Order: sequence, then structure tokens, then C-alpha cells
Amino acid sequence: MAAVFRRSLGAVVKDLYSLQWQQLASRPLSLSANVCGPEAAPARADATFKVTMVPGDGVGPELMTAVKEVFKAGDVPVEFEEFHLSEVQNMATEEKLDEVLNSMKTNRVAMKGKIHTPMEFKGELASFEMRLRRKLDLFANVVHVNSLPGYSTRHNNLDLVIIREQTEGEYSSLEHESVTGVIECLKIITRVKSRRIAKFAFDYATKKGRNKVTAVHKANIMKLGDGLFLQSCAEIAQLYPKIKYETIIIDNCCMQLVQNPYQFDVLVMPNLYGNIIDNLAAGLVGGAGVVPGESYSAEYAVFETGARHPFAQAVGRNIANPTAMLLSAANMLRHLSLEYHSQMVSDAVKRVIKQGKVRTRDLGGYSTTGDFVRAVVENLRHRSVY
Amino acid sequence: MAGSLWRSTLSQVVGWVRRSSIQSSVSRRGMQTVTLIPGDGIGPEISAAVIKIFEAAKVPVKWEERNVTAIKGPGGRWMIPPDAKESMDRSKIGLKGPLKTPIAAGHPSMNLLLRKTFDLYANVRPCISIEGYKTPYTDVDLVTIRENTEGEYSGIEHVIVDGVVQSIKLITEKASKRIAEYAFEYARNNQRNSVTAVHKANIMRMSDGLFLRKCREVAENFKDIKFTEMYLDTVCLNMVQDPTQFDVLVMPNLYGDILSDLCAGLIGGLGVTPSGNIGANGVAIFESVHGTAPDIAGLDLANPTALLLSAVMMLRHMGLHPHADKIQTACFDTIRDKKFLTKDLGGNAKCSEFTSEICRRVQDLDGGH
Repeated sequence: MAAVFRRSLGAVVKDLYSLQWQQLASRPLSLSANVCGPEAAPARADATFKVTMVPGDGVGPELMTAVKEVFKAGDVPVEFEEFHLSEVQNMATEEKLDEVLNSMKTNRVAMKGKIHTPMEFKGELASFEMRLRRKLDLFANVVHVNSLPGYSTRHNNLDLVIIREQTEGEYSSLEHESVTGVIECLKIITRVKSRRIAKFAFDYATKKGRNKVTAVHKANIMKLGDGLFLQSCAEIAQLYPKIKYETIIIDNCCMQLVQNPYQFDVLVMPNLYGNIIDNLAAGLVGGAGVVPGESYSAEYAVFETGARHPFAQAVGRNIANPTAMLLSAANMLRHLSLEYHSQMVSDAVKRVIKQGKVRTRDLGGYSTTGDFVRAVVENLRHRSVY
Repeated sequence: MAGSLWRSTLSQVVGWVRRSSIQSSVSRRGMQTVTLIPGDGIGPEISAAVIKIFEAAKVPVKWEERNVTAIKGPGGRWMIPPDAKESMDRSKIGLKGPLKTPIAAGHPSMNLLLRKTFDLYANVRPCISIEGYKTPYTDVDLVTIRENTEGEYSGIEHVIVDGVVQSIKLITEKASKRIAEYAFEYARNNQRNSVTAVHKANIMRMSDGLFLRKCREVAENFKDIKFTEMYLDTVCLNMVQDPTQFDVLVMPNLYGDILSDLCAGLIGGLGVTPSGNIGANGVAIFESVHGTAPDIAGLDLANPTALLLSAVMMLRHMGLHPHADKIQTACFDTIRDKKFLTKDLGGNAKCSEFTSEICRRVQDLDGGH
């Protein structure tokens, strides 16, 4: 019995050390899966980093303007390459997509707003955003759910990380109408991708010093699909004995999140459940305007907001909350190893929220986006005096 | 403009006439039969509690107890016992306690069997905040209506090659139309103002697109009820920030499962949430959705609130509104008073004490008239 166990464990380990895993596994445990290609250049005061920027639709352009203003005021050595890609405004073509991809492949880091998917069925089953994600193989989406100091909601002092597999699952865009009136939609789960996201989750937990990883699933109903996901997570969990591993069913997870969210630490799950839980958790700490998120592939990192909504009803009214985008920009600076600037930006944002004098409408205040950005810039200046 | 106003008043009059005709038919019939399935674990205790409260409220209902443990029928297919099926077909109304699914018993879950036997296509869960049982969310008052037969839970899965699994989500025109019609009729019969369709048609363009199209078509026939549509993630985001903006929600199977449990969490969990399943042919089975709690079975510690509120839902479905209101008021008053609360609600009364208190209040309300 123990011999069988050892053999199966050996098979798993051998599998993991096959060629495709060599690249991910042959690096120190302290680094996460996203820093995989050539080592990121150390920060030099005279060099600027080039970052691709895709403002997207809705309030995306306004939020990007906010980021650029704050960066300019803080003398952050980052230069943005902008691309305007939009499916609703018919500015999205294959050539534009290729341009963006090339720029991303050179710069390796990007900031992105939400590219809205039009509701009409134009003959393409995969939206632009999904195609971008697939071409860059951005398989992991990480959303940081942290309560903001100074802004109290029904649940305070939350600190969760939600890791979601982003390339397969229910979003495979494989649908067909077998007979008129009967439509099938395929949900694909593969062992390779499930293992990859599980490994990412455990590596992330190790790097950030987290204690527990919880896998979210619905394997009591989808026995084969989510069963495979769960099995992959369990196999990977055995390689990380210091991190506690638990599982929970998605509907119970939602119920627990609204009753007692403090029992969770890092959550990992397939695509659709990730979408639901991202938004649920964002609502717990204050809404789509305050939660930053990022997407990782083995070579690229894309920084965006956690809950992805274009928020079209706020376009042009100057009421959107740039907190999420600014905090995500700070995370991007940390990813580029610009620690000083990253701390400066995030401290300024948090200080403005804590003071509570300048708040956008979604947090209960009356300030405009411009007011908020000015307040952040003020607080930046305070710090850089030192 | 005037045409729509005329249509809306006409539909309201039709709804009122239908309601009053149901009521008069019940009183003409006298005692109505209800099939009772006590269930396992704490099932028998809470069923007994409900029977006692109904007696105290003098509800004109005759109970027929049945057992639904699966048996192997002719042809090797698992089915529920024929006397249970016959009773339910006759009475058309059922009340069910929690059922246990034994692992490795060879047969599928009992709930699945019941669903298939009676074609229970709609699962209705009204979520109303209970005064006295404090949660961070007050003023919740919404109803989730979930399609229960297809969608992601069709159970069609297969391994394509080793390491690649495919699950099929099925959406059909017929089922979507049926659930949309039920949702709008429910809204009309229960004086609800709006119906919101929850979907993810930006990602699953064909399948959820079909669901949405059907909802829109049905909405054309119910002009007195406001119809909106919202993405699933937007609903989740807004639900935890401000649940008062939602009224009736209609959605396919998986989203319904998740959202109905989310709403149950908002009001305090599965121990206080009622639920009803509506089938084709007029069959309706009301149930408590919590588990069998084998650790407290037989110890008189169970909380009958969920089954009681489901029974109240059943009374409303049968048209016995005065009795339903009486029992619901008594139950909520008892919980608000906080003198007799079972352990899961934060007190240390026994199930029988809780039940007696509710009976006393029901009789008081009766005596007051």
C-alpha cells in the first residue's frame, strides 16, 4: 500500500520534472511562476521601463489618465506605450491585436482596462479579451482582497487572495446548436492546466508567506470535470507540506464568504467560479473600485482591476474610483522592482482613503475622479520631500 | 400607452380572480391532502413539530406520511416506492424533510430521483431577513427562481483523452421558456414588482443568449412586471453591497445554485431558509434544504424553522393565506423575542419548547380575532 503510494508520488514528481516543467521548476522556490524568462533588469535611476497600456472601454481611459498623472507627479521611471483596442467601437481588428501582442512581447509588462464585449453575436464566439488572454497564455488571475483602512464595510480587516484559472473551464467558447432550440456549451478541464494553476497557487502562497490554500469546486455534481481539478490540486498539495490544503464546494463557499470570510486565506479555482468569487469578495470590501488584480503567464504580467467591469454609465462623468487601478499600478511597480516608488504610490492612496475627506461616489463621498487624483498627488509630494 | 395600461389592469384582475378561485375551491373541498416525507436524521422531529403547529393553527390539511427510500423497479432502474408516487400524484402537494444520500448504495441521490420522477423544473427560494436573527445584512427581501433540470447539471461528462475532461452544459428553448413563464407568474401572484434575468451571455454567447432571448419574449406578455437583465458577476458584486435592489431573480441551473445559497447566507444560513420545487403537472414539493444533522438526531435540539417556513410557503401556494400569515407571524415573533431559541439560533431551548411557544402564539393570534 505504501509502495503503491510512493510509486504514484514518484510518477507525479517525474511528470512534473518533464521538459515543460523544467522551465517552471528549475528556479528557486522563492520566485513565483511569473518571473521565468531572463532575469528582470535591476532598477537603475536613469533607465525608464517601457510598459504597454491598453485603456479599454468605459471608464478605462479615465483611470489610465489618473495613473499617468500620479506617475508623472511622483517621477516614476515608467513610460507607457498606448494602444486603443475596443470591440464595441469597432476599433478592434486582427492587425491591432497583433500590434498589441508584439508590444507586450517586448515589454513583458502591461496595464489594461476592460475591453467590453458587445452583446450581439457577431459571429465570433470568443471575445477580444479572451483571445488576448489565450494568445499570451495568461493562465493565472490573482485578485487581492484587502480591506481599506479607514473605510469600514460589513466585514473589516479582510485579507484574501483569489487565484483563478483563466484560460479553460467554462470560458472555452465552444458552443453549438445541435438541433434548433437545443444548445450545448462545453466546459473543458485538463490535468495539465489544473496542475499548473495549483502549482502557481502554492508557489504564490509560499512566496507571500500564506498558511492555507483552499480549492473551490463542484465535484459532487461535476464528478469528472471538477473531480480532475480537485485531484490535480491534491497531488500538488503533497509537494508543499508546510501549507495547509482544504477544499470547499462553491455554493457553501459563497455562503461562508458572506457569513464568515475570515476562515479563508488563499483560494484557487477554475474559471467561472473565479469570476463569481472575485466579484463577491470585491463587494465585501467596497466594490469594483477598490480591488486590484493582475494576470500572469509564464513570461508576462498584466495589471488591471480585480473586478472587471467597463462601468459604462460613468463614462465622461468623472465619478469613477481610481483606487483599484492605482493600487494595481503600485503592484506593477513592485513587480518591476521599483520598491520605493511602489510604496510611495500605495501609501499615498491609502492615506487619502484613511483621511476620508476626499471620497468618490461609490465609497459614499461626493468627490470626482479628478479631486481624488489631486489628493493622491498632494500626498505624494509630502513623501518625496524626504 | 393606454393599451398597456389596460393590459396591466386586466392581468391584475385575472390574477386576483385566479387567486380567489383557488381559495374557494379549497374551502369547498374541505381538508386538503398533503404528502409528508419526514426524511432522515432530524427529519422526523422537525416534521412532528410542523404537524403540531399546523394543528394548533387549525389548518385544513390532512397529512399522508410516506417513505421515499429508493427501490429497484422492474427493468433494474432505481425508482421511488410506487405508493409514494401514487400519493403525490393524487395530492399534488408535498412537504419534505432532509434526505440522506448513502454513499456507495448504488443509487443516485434521492433528491435527483424525486426531481426526475415529478419533473420538478423550478426551484424557488424566497429570502427574507428574519428580525431577531441578526446578520450583517438587514432588509433582504428577494426570491431566487432557478431552472432545475438542465444547464450545467445535466450530468453529461466524459474523458476525451487521459487528462482532458469535457462537461456539457445544455440549454434548451423549451426549458428556458418554461422557467421564464413560471418566474413571471410567480411575480404576479405574489405582488412582486420586477424580474431580473441573471446570465453570462457575454461569455457563453449562444447558450445564455438563448436563455436571455426566451426571457425577453416571455416578458412581452407580462407588461405589468418590470424586466431587467444583469450579468452574474454584477449581481454578485451588488448583492453583497446592497441586497435591497433585487426582487425576483430567474436564472439557469448553476448560477441558481450558487446565488440561492449566497442569498441564504445573507439571511442566516440554510437552517432558516425555505425552499419549494415546482413540477410540471401541477406537482409542488416544499422542502428544507439543510442536511440531516445526524449528530443531533433524536436529541430534541433541532431547529424546525426551515421546514416550518417551507410549510408556510406551501400554504401560500395552496391559497390558504390567512393561515400562512398567522404561522409566519408567530414564528418570527418567537425568534424576535429571543426567549425560546434553539442552539443554532443562539439560545438553548429545546425543539419541543420552541414548537410549543409558536403554538401558543398561534392560538393567541386566533383568540385575538
